[in-house]
Amino acid sequence: MSSHPSPAIEASGLVKTFGDTRAVDGVDLSVPRGAVYGVLGPNGAGKTTTIRMLATLLRPDGGSARVLGHDVVAEADTVRELVSLTGQLASVDEELTGRENLILLGRLLGFRRARAKARATELLAAFALDEAAGRLVKHYSGGMRRRLDLAASIVVTPRLMFLDEPTTGLDPRSRNQVWDIVRALVGQGTTVLLCTQYLDEADQLADRIAVIDRGRVIAEGTPGQLKASVGQGAFHVRLLDPADRPGAERVLAAELDAPVQPEADPAALSVAVDDAERAAQAVSALARAGIEVANFSLGQPSLDEVFLALTGHPAEDGDRAEQEKEVPA
Amino acid sequence: MSTTADPLHAALASGERPPRPGRFSACLTFGWRGMLKIKHVPEQLLDVTITPVLFLLMFTYLFGGALAGSTSEYLQFLLPGILVQSVLFTSVYSGVTLNTDMTKGVVDRFRSLPIWKPAPLVGAVLGDSVRYALAATVVVLLGLVLGFRPEGGLSGTVAAMALVIVFACGLAWVFTTVGLTLRSPSAVMNSGFMALFPLIFLSNVFVDPDTLPRALEVFVNGNPISHLVTATRGLMAGEADAGEIVFVLAVAAALTAVFAPLTVRLYRRAG
Ligand SMILES: Nc1ncnc2c1ncn2[C@@H]1O[C@H](COP(=O)(O)OP(=O)(O)OP(=O)(O)O)[C@@H](O)[C@H]1O
Ligand SMILES: [Mg+2]
Repeated sequence: MSSHPSPAIEASGLVKTFGDTRAVDGVDLSVPRGAVYGVLGPNGAGKTTTIRMLATLLRPDGGSARVLGHDVVAEADTVRELVSLTGQLASVDEELTGRENLILLGRLLGFRRARAKARATELLAAFALDEAAGRLVKHYSGGMRRRLDLAASIVVTPRLMFLDEPTTGLDPRSRNQVWDIVRALVGQGTTVLLCTQYLDEADQLADRIAVIDRGRVIAEGTPGQLKASVGQGAFHVRLLDPADRPGAERVLAAELDAPVQPEADPAALSVAVDDAERAAQAVSALARAGIEVANFSLGQPSLDEVFLALTGHPAEDGDRAEQEKEVPA
Repeated sequence: MSTTADPLHAALASGERPPRPGRFSACLTFGWRGMLKIKHVPEQLLDVTITPVLFLLMFTYLFGGALAGSTSEYLQFLLPGILVQSVLFTSVYSGVTLNTDMTKGVVDRFRSLPIWKPAPLVGAVLGDSVRYALAATVVVLLGLVLGFRPEGGLSGTVAAMALVIVFACGLAWVFTTVGLTLRSPSAVMNSGFMALFPLIFLSNVFVDPDTLPRALEVFVNGNPISHLVTATRGLMAGEADAGEIVFVLAVAAALTAVFAPLTVRLYRRAG
């Protein structure tokens, strides 16, 4: 091993067209080993198409990509030995039971019958699926299906795992379970490429993020860098009495010397500022003016705001993007 | 290394990669997958069994007297043909099943595995041959109940069934190709039946071609299905015609040689 091992993924100028649609329009990626790399974009951005090219399922129309040092076209078979894929549609066989799915994959990966069965049992227990093991997957809930899908992806622990929207349609509890699995995988040294449209998911899991829109990477960096590139965060104040809002607006504008925005909530206002000390002074000023504050928060810009700033249009699922720490007043 | 009690971490730590499976083993595993589906949804075999039963009863009792003088004589003539018809119709389902499979996410996983590329398809056809055998058995058993008596005995009957199944496996590759080309399972089913119906009716399944107009007779005699039926009749009657059998096997081999690689190509390109 050289002291600079090749990145987990290196893509340059990847292009894929379907008829007139340029689904992927020159994507460059450099994904370091051993971390979660988020690919964030709205519906139709080209995330799935990109992942399918990297996982050797689609042949690129242009550009090239190397996965763990191997070309995805010329050395597709070697790449397949190192990666594993959890697709956007659950990549499990609905017409088999959970146990049969795992045994099937174990056999296809080269385990002997007894070992494949033992591995299936071990994985079913680890993913809390032992009770459902004998049921057909088409009767599984969304969360169980996803867990089975992830279990199927690690029958043999992959060096790199592609995860395409692993939590879409899951409730918060199932989503957290999936996140825990992803963290455990990374803890074992697997690199994870995670496609998501959820800004908070990328923020929670990813060490670096590429934002893609209309088939192109429009920004890349750590979540912090992306937020910083948008500038200041927002100071949100919520009043006890909505009638105080005009007064509060005047106090805050004078105190912080910045434009104050009324929010959709009739008792809430926000100001662009990210200095905690000045925000605290503004809260005292409100108290001195006799305006009661229900709560206030000082947030970094959410990835939703990042997205809006980068693309000029909002991401679809903005309501999941609240990343502020609430400070009770 | 810490030995963790957490089963998740333990499972992750013990997923070492074994050597790749052999080609044959991978095919068998996919064949096993086909069996499991039959086990879980046995109703899907109804299609395979009811149609041949209906055809056999209908033709024997409705047309038998008119076509051959007596139903028992006609049954003797008709049964091998119905055997061929039933099994060949069943082979259309290989294309339908594959088409349905392609809409499911699991195909992505198969395609991203480092296995012999034709294995999912060869395995599926292997698994389907069990359906073919089942359709063949239903027809033969019903025939025996109705009074069909094969002069060729058990060995001749089994050989005839085997020949038909081998031919169906060759033909199945045509339908898998169609299955990967057309958009919906029902389109595959319709086009498969549309293609098979004329070929089967314009063969010697139901009538002796000598009774046909000259032009039709030429077509019927050239139809590979007629050759298959003749070979099957021969085996069941204990008068196997080696020339016909070789011809039938050659056609099956040719269909496989052309359409199996085509199917594999389409399967890999799909997506
Ligand atoms: N097989 C295909 N045939 C034709 N067009 C396709 C095909 N696959 C993708 N597209 C088109 O390519 C574009 C990118 O699709 P892709 O599935 O990569 O987006 P995505 O970022 O994964 O979106 P989503 O969040 O909805 O999954 C879309 O406009 C889509 O309609
Ligand atoms: Mg997608």
